[in-house]
Amino acid sequence: MRKLLVANRGEIAVRIIQAARELGIRTVAVCSEADVGAVHVRLADEHVVIGPAAASRSYLDIDAVIKAATDRGADAVHPGYGFLAERAEFAERVIQAGMAFVGPAPEAIRLMGDKTAARASAARVGVPTVPGSDGPVRDQAAAFAAAQRAGYPVVVKAAAGGGGRGIRVVASAAELGDALPVAQAEAAAAFGNGDLYVERFVPAARHVEVQVFGDGERVVHLGERECSMQRRRQKVIEEAPAPGLPPRVREAMTSAAVRLAASVGYRGAGTAEFLYDPAREEFFFIEMNTRIQVEHPVTEMVTGRDLVREQLCVAAGAPLSFTQEEVEIRGHAMEFRINAEDPAQGFLPSPGTLAMLRMPGGPFVRVDTGYQAGSQVSPFYDSLLAKIIVWGDTREWALTRARRALGELEVHGVATTAGFLRSIIELPEFRQGQYHTTFLEDWMAEQAARGDELVRRTQ
Amino acid sequence: MAEHTVRSPLPGVFYRRPAPDQPPYVEVGASVTADQTIGLVEIMKQYTEIKAGADGRLTAFTVDNEGVLGPGDPIATIEVS
Repeated sequence: MRKLLVANRGEIAVRIIQAARELGIRTVAVCSEADVGAVHVRLADEHVVIGPAAASRSYLDIDAVIKAATDRGADAVHPGYGFLAERAEFAERVIQAGMAFVGPAPEAIRLMGDKTAARASAARVGVPTVPGSDGPVRDQAAAFAAAQRAGYPVVVKAAAGGGGRGIRVVASAAELGDALPVAQAEAAAAFGNGDLYVERFVPAARHVEVQVFGDGERVVHLGERECSMQRRRQKVIEEAPAPGLPPRVREAMTSAAVRLAASVGYRGAGTAEFLYDPAREEFFFIEMNTRIQVEHPVTEMVTGRDLVREQLCVAAGAPLSFTQEEVEIRGHAMEFRINAEDPAQGFLPSPGTLAMLRMPGGPFVRVDTGYQAGSQVSPFYDSLLAKIIVWGDTREWALTRARRALGELEVHGVATTAGFLRSIIELPEFRQGQYHTTFLEDWMAEQAARGDELVRRTQ
Repeated sequence: MAEHTVRSPLPGVFYRRPAPDQPPYVEVGASVTADQTIGLVEIMKQYTEIKAGADGRLTAFTVDNEGVLGPGDPIATIEVS
């Protein structure tokens, strides 16, 4: 691998360019007309403007990206995350053009991107999935049978839904009988498809994911990440390892992730997402992401392994540079996503010019960002401004460092979520590592209600 | 007859369809109600529904599908009924 095209923007493009430079690989950045002055463009050895500002006509334009790569004589393409990262067709086109795709084989992307196929793969290697109907239920009898298997309470979900929409919780068979026709009608009205799934409802569920890495021969894991601090299904804070996860569960979950990846001869970095039921100490496979993840730095901090460098080396044909036995989890890491959004206005995106950007530093603090003072935060792309990652030899010290680092951050010119994150790290539930995927929104709703009450009392 | 101009409350990219594989929210010439959605404005991957804001007939879009909008820019014209 001598010349790498980075098919992305922002902090992940910067991250990839830096890893490539350390390996002595030349880099080609691509950018939209809106991003000509961006940090990733400045850092790369060369760049190609591939289209107008709208992502659909630049970063998502497969033809334009492939043309840029072949024109500049690149021999490899790294897709980053988002954009084209999990489009099997893109991986195929890169390979057809005679270049290496930094990621798994197109077939693996396709297989894992298909929810039903991925669940079937999991079942074949004995990896549990959420008990319930394996596919849409067509009639009442099928729904009752699925609920019986899953055990009450169950969730009734619109098959065509997603992102938490079209979901209702049902406590008993009688309630299910009432809920089915209503849910069916609602799903048909909202999504144009009345198909329903019935699955076990897991209260206080946690989102725990396992980082895996394969070279086509061997698959290893690099431990897990806790990603339950979410707002609208978007991760807000991630940490590694997952606090309070029983060693037996960790062992079973990581080996399940390895079995699953190995069963498809997985190459490159991947993440197996699990839903974890802390009450029953059970976990269920949800899906596999066939790319590097936003939150990969927390794993890098606790394992001391450069995951992006490993991606590049494996894509160039090298075997994994370490064995499972050599992976050792040391200390605790946390990542905070600083978004250009205004928490006071319902997290409204806040594009603009960064009049000032003062990032934290010092011992065991890492900042991944695609911005600098004077940068434009464009309205065209996601709102991730920076990731602040801290490490501590204990979770306690990671928290202390997080408080210090978030305190040092100063941004002028756009609104950010920094203050919101500073509030979260003071919450006892977070400090004790006792939170789940709906914790943050419950807390926010409570705060809002308290605010309303205060207003009422003072009127 | 009175005309109402639908304006974008925020900067972003305008879409006439809820998703690329779905039909437009509304065709030019169709009658609309005030609370009817006529398009989406995307900013930083967040989508805001744009309502007609008046009962009447939508006579024109003043921005292309996937066109770029600034705050306050006109989106469509409605002949108020």
